[in-house]
Amino acid sequence: MKKTGGQILLESLGLEGVDTIFGFPGGAVIGIYDALLNSPIRHILVRHEQAAVHAADGYARSSGKTGVCLVTSGPGATNTVTGLATAYMDSIPLVVLTGQVSTGLIGNDAFQEADIMGITRPCTKHSYLVKDVKELAGTIKEAFYIAGTGRPGPVLVDLPKDVIADSTEFNYPESVNMQGYNPTYRGHRGQIQKAFKLILKANRPLIYAGGGVISSNASEELTTFAWTLAIPVTNTLMGLGCFPGVDELSLGMLGMHGTYRANMAVTNCDLLIAVGARFDDRVTGKIDGFAPNAKIIHIDIDPTSISKNIRVDIPIVGDAKDVLKKINKLILEEKGDWRSIRREWLDQILQWKNTYPLAYEQKDVIKPQYVVEKIYEITKGEAIISTEVGQNQMWTAQYYHFTKPRTLLTSGGLGTMGYGFPAAIGAQIAFPEKTVIDIAGDGSIQMNIQELATVAQYNLPVKIAILNNRYLGMVRQWQGLFHNKRYSHTSLEVSPDFVKLAEAYGAVGLRATKPEEVVPTIEKALSIPKAVIMDFVVEQEEDVYPMVPVGAPLKEMLLV
Amino acid sequence: MRHTISALVLNQPGVLARIAGLFSGRGFNIESLCVAETLDPSVSRMTIVTRGNDQVIEQITKQLNKLVDIIKVVDFFGSEYVDREMILIKVTAESSSRAEILRITDIFRGKIVDVTPKSYTIEVSGDENKIRAIIDLLKPMGIKEVVRTGKVAISRGSKGI
Repeated sequence: MKKTGGQILLESLGLEGVDTIFGFPGGAVIGIYDALLNSPIRHILVRHEQAAVHAADGYARSSGKTGVCLVTSGPGATNTVTGLATAYMDSIPLVVLTGQVSTGLIGNDAFQEADIMGITRPCTKHSYLVKDVKELAGTIKEAFYIAGTGRPGPVLVDLPKDVIADSTEFNYPESVNMQGYNPTYRGHRGQIQKAFKLILKANRPLIYAGGGVISSNASEELTTFAWTLAIPVTNTLMGLGCFPGVDELSLGMLGMHGTYRANMAVTNCDLLIAVGARFDDRVTGKIDGFAPNAKIIHIDIDPTSISKNIRVDIPIVGDAKDVLKKINKLILEEKGDWRSIRREWLDQILQWKNTYPLAYEQKDVIKPQYVVEKIYEITKGEAIISTEVGQNQMWTAQYYHFTKPRTLLTSGGLGTMGYGFPAAIGAQIAFPEKTVIDIAGDGSIQMNIQELATVAQYNLPVKIAILNNRYLGMVRQWQGLFHNKRYSHTSLEVSPDFVKLAEAYGAVGLRATKPEEVVPTIEKALSIPKAVIMDFVVEQEEDVYPMVPVGAPLKEMLLV
Repeated sequence: MRHTISALVLNQPGVLARIAGLFSGRGFNIESLCVAETLDPSVSRMTIVTRGNDQVIEQITKQLNKLVDIIKVVDFFGSEYVDREMILIKVTAESSSRAEILRITDIFRGKIVDVTPKSYTIEVSGDENKIRAIIDLLKPMGIKEVVRTGKVAISRGSKGI
């Protein structure tokens, strides 16, 4: 029996294990939306296509599955660009389905036509234009395979209207065979041996773990590795949660707003073991000052990440999980009282920790750090937290001690304001029973605020905590520190009344203006089985510290 | 350092755009680029001449390898290979210089592929030095137009890439 392209698409998604997609309809994809009515796949109707991609992204980050979204041609497709770039920078597996004008019209500047393949080539892992319905099933198979394997990433599939309408026999391929795509999973034995020898010899080793540990589900292996050899661990923003943030070997985040002990440990270590991290400029600061005394081992599935920004001594291309497993096997044969061997190094780190711990002073006005810390305490670190971008993101990274992988959803690479709320929606869809909180700023939250309608429509109990300082705080902080306090266009003089806004959308709005109201507000919000906006009116000019100014080495931190 | 890189790529629309985009997006430079089908019509071979220090070249080859449509990448640098480029030169040929141009063409084992009362069009192929040499020799006669194919390269010995 022949099936239409729309039916074939949805059945293919089903065979890939997709049960939920995020989208927004339009003329070019009307055939798919028609087929959706007869499909078991759940469709979440967002209010802006950008949010569809971020929601699919939040769904993917929290669940580990590939996120899917569906939008129409032209503006529907172009609205996905920020979401694609966000997912691409953070290596998140997505399949983004865009409508396209009929094949006969492509290139004619037709109504709602956009060359979305051309526009998104630099921010997708791969992309396809399906020109014949017979190629559709095979293309979907390949798209999922590419998105979810190797270094994950977003794949775009452009679907012309006539291809969706055409019919053919549906045969879903069992496997894919791609000449040009064969990611290396297994680490090279010889390199692993070499790395292992270096690890045994090191006096001041340090693990620098990034998002790759989370995407390869290697937290357990990493933790075993660190615990067995008593090696301290610092995380990138993307890596938070892959090692328990409350463990005594945890140094917290490193880099521009990293902890003093993490940045000092990087500067003084004699061996840096980078796992699934890519030496981003926000992490390294001035390259010459980054781990200047250390040999570097770099484990990464993407060869292009290795020796891109920094020369490494022992590169190991492979899946973090596979490589760490092999290293852990080697460790088992080495007996040693590693805690006492490391005593001096660990004591030094403890001393750094005690000298300059993360700190703030809670006085009359609510401090944003206090809000994050209380959210952490009240949720016992068990919530899924998304963030927007800026100060809210950094305070969350510093004061919410993530202990489990896939509990922090944040736009690390691209730094996308407006990411957190739709991402929280995606996570709440994936985990209806869990507490999901978007820690936001009053600037960022307004970038996708329209999604309040989506949470209302699907009764999603997403919580939003706005650290409301009436500023675009991070930019204001930079203006304060580096531009003589010339606050150019960073004051948000007019914002909506967030409590009333929540109510207008059928959500609940709560406001806290005094420190003693913070805890009751959070507790109340968590007790309400609906979407809640918590508007915390916080200290206006609080800055994020420590801070390594752009271009400075990590050891040169501004501490107050 | 200048490197000559060969890539086998799937013969599909958009592949060239991906490669060009990769070079421009990451600030790599392309000196020449030459693409055509191989014996297998589903595969094209691309010869790219580029410049950069070791780290840049390492990134270029890794990034090329990362593209899904690229099957294989080989950097010929430091290995034995033959490279050739073809050039078409339209040169002013007055009666006083016609004989000299013919002699030069002959020395370079070129061919005259078009003649008018006032010009010759010469076809020559060879490595970079040879191409540069004939251009230098013909310049005084008045070169009107030059078209170069860009380099193609193949390894020496019996093995393919």
